[in-house]
Amino acid sequence: MAFKPIATTRSATGILTAKLAVWWLLASEVVIFGGVLASYIMHRIGHPEWANYASHTNTMFGAINTMILLTSSLSAVLAHRAAELKDGKQAANLLLATVGGGAAFLCVKSIEWTGEINHGFTITANGFWSFYYTAAGIHGLHVIAGMILMIWVSMSARKNEELHRVELVGIYWHFVDLVWIFLFPLLYIAK
Amino acid sequence: MSEAHQIDGHHGHDAHGHHEPTFLEKYIFPLDHKYIGMQYMLTGMVMALFGGFFAYSFRMQLAFPGISVPGFGIVSPTEYNALVTNHGSVMIFWVAMPVLIAAFGNFLIPLMIGADDMVFPKLNRLSYQVFLLSCIVLGISWIVPGGGFGGAWTSYPPLSANGDYSMTPLGSSLWLTAVALEFAAFLIGGINFITTAMNSRAPGMKAKDVPMTVWMICIASIMFMASVGPLIAGAIMLLFDQQLGTGFFDWKRGSDPVLWQHLFWFFGHPEVYVVLLPATGFVAEIITVFARKKLFGYQTILYTAIGTGALSFFVWAHHQFVAGIDPRMANIFTITTVLISIPIAEMMFLYIATLYGGSIRFQTPMLWALGFIFEFLIGGVTGIFLGASGADIYFHDTYFVVAHFHYTFFPIAFIGTFAAATYWFPKMFGRMMNETLGRIHFWGTIIPVNFIFIPLFITGAAGQHRRIYNYNHFPDVSTPDLQTLNIVATVSLVILLCFQTVFLFNFFWSMWRGPKAPANPWKANTLEWQAPSPPPHGNFPPDNMPVVYRGPYEYSVPGREDDYWPQNQPN
Repeated sequence: MAFKPIATTRSATGILTAKLAVWWLLASEVVIFGGVLASYIMHRIGHPEWANYASHTNTMFGAINTMILLTSSLSAVLAHRAAELKDGKQAANLLLATVGGGAAFLCVKSIEWTGEINHGFTITANGFWSFYYTAAGIHGLHVIAGMILMIWVSMSARKNEELHRVELVGIYWHFVDLVWIFLFPLLYIAK
Repeated sequence: MSEAHQIDGHHGHDAHGHHEPTFLEKYIFPLDHKYIGMQYMLTGMVMALFGGFFAYSFRMQLAFPGISVPGFGIVSPTEYNALVTNHGSVMIFWVAMPVLIAAFGNFLIPLMIGADDMVFPKLNRLSYQVFLLSCIVLGISWIVPGGGFGGAWTSYPPLSANGDYSMTPLGSSLWLTAVALEFAAFLIGGINFITTAMNSRAPGMKAKDVPMTVWMICIASIMFMASVGPLIAGAIMLLFDQQLGTGFFDWKRGSDPVLWQHLFWFFGHPEVYVVLLPATGFVAEIITVFARKKLFGYQTILYTAIGTGALSFFVWAHHQFVAGIDPRMANIFTITTVLISIPIAEMMFLYIATLYGGSIRFQTPMLWALGFIFEFLIGGVTGIFLGASGADIYFHDTYFVVAHFHYTFFPIAFIGTFAAATYWFPKMFGRMMNETLGRIHFWGTIIPVNFIFIPLFITGAAGQHRRIYNYNHFPDVSTPDLQTLNIVATVSLVILLCFQTVFLFNFFWSMWRGPKAPANPWKANTLEWQAPSPPPHGNFPPDNMPVVYRGPYEYSVPGREDDYWPQNQPN
């Protein structure tokens, strides 16, 4: 292990420093998504006709993706439990299962978007579709970032190293889930 | 948990100490918080030279329209817009932020809380690298075809959203990218600052023992984190408008350009306090040391800072009184805007109360600290004119506004920085700065700055609009008297810029040739002065890390021989 400053090992609050940092990271993410969603909601209220555009979104695809993402959070939690039991190998495998969930989510998403773009609903079609692709696109980037992080964490967890990171990446993944829980009703269900 | 871990930490530290870092490791890719802080500081100084040069170029055009500006040439209207825009952007995002928060935050937080480094040294280095990248992207935006972005630092659409309007299709997107990268750098840095201050304080250091500077930088970082998100989202939307042709801010396609103004100012107004609070922290530190008196109302200052921070999230629409917002909303925002002067005025009164009955020493850092209070008061008081929606309809977008926010930003970004730089210079470089040159620089800065901006209050009140390239085209507001005032402002600016060479000379000459500084030249209590000057790698001896016994401002305690009482001295 590389050099670690004394500062990193202290814990005046009693909370692990890395966990504290993850929570602050999520706090800043909340505000970013808050900005997008607040802008969208304000526009949606001001433009009743957007409901017509929203009716072209595919609620079934959205629902399937919600199921996939929520299920992938289950394996993230199980990975956390395995890490607490010091079973690094099991934790790594469960994390990779979560990565698989993320990949399935992105597959469904790309099928869905391909169909929509082929029907002419592109990002420049109108305000609704601009928000649709932007909000879901930023969320999608977070899914990809989470997958990369989980692969990285699983590599060290397999060697029973840095097991506390399993929980940290899980917290992040729950947040990615939570954002989708907001996006799904706002973009798909409200019609 | 800390006991066992700390022993690990010591071993790691000792092992590290034997390995002598190479030049690259020490100065180009450092992990040590002190060197990262200095990287931020030097980058900020270079950017300040650009910002100052831009101001000089467009002020020359305003005072002497159409002349060939020495060092720049003839300023075309497009270039004029780019100069004004980039002067504002550079001074706020690439000078005030990196120097006040990142440079001093990096240098001071671990030292002041008695730690050996930031909690995440690698993230810290990444933060600087992303910041440097943002500087490079901004620099490229100045030289691409079409020139730098000219839509003002506020970047309002539709001017900024459409390359046909701004005439800088490349410059505007690069500017936006640079701003977004800069935000990312400060989010990474901010998380590091906050977690470090929360978790890595020396044993015994309770919340009320934390020096005001650390508090202020942390509150500022939290405010930045809580306010910048909507603008990051807005920047993505604006970038899509520019490059993909979406219509997020295009009224013709059913959207609303005022949305950008909301997203921008929801960040933009707290941003004023994000840079203000660290400066007030430095001033608190300095006045208490140089008045040899306990900081008056430590907790009240803290609460006023938190109160200011919280209120600053509810004032943003005072920038939009004439943007077509609902007049009922203008009433509400007038009230919140005027309310915010209460906590910040209280903070200034507490600083003045700290001076009362003190044994004041007028050394250079103290001159700057007092100058800050004096100049910032002018900025604060004129803000009340603009916060009142009725008066603002007249003053909006005139030079009165320009003068007002320069009376807040100049004290923050420059007076605050000079105060901190002259105060902590001995700790940073282990040498003393020259006192006489420091005084010459102080008076050579503080007098001209008033002669720049007081005339602009007058021209603004007389109706001069702030976004005019050449007043000769507007005979109604270009009387000879007003032109004289503009010339006074420009000449004062040139004088002010000339006097900065005194500072630069003093800074770099003292860095190598100044007399050696003792560990605690100002006889201060806070922990950074208990480390050697300059502090070695790891700041304190790893087997003898400081333990804190009392608050940071115990000066002139009755019954003690010394008039100061370092935080880590048992008795």
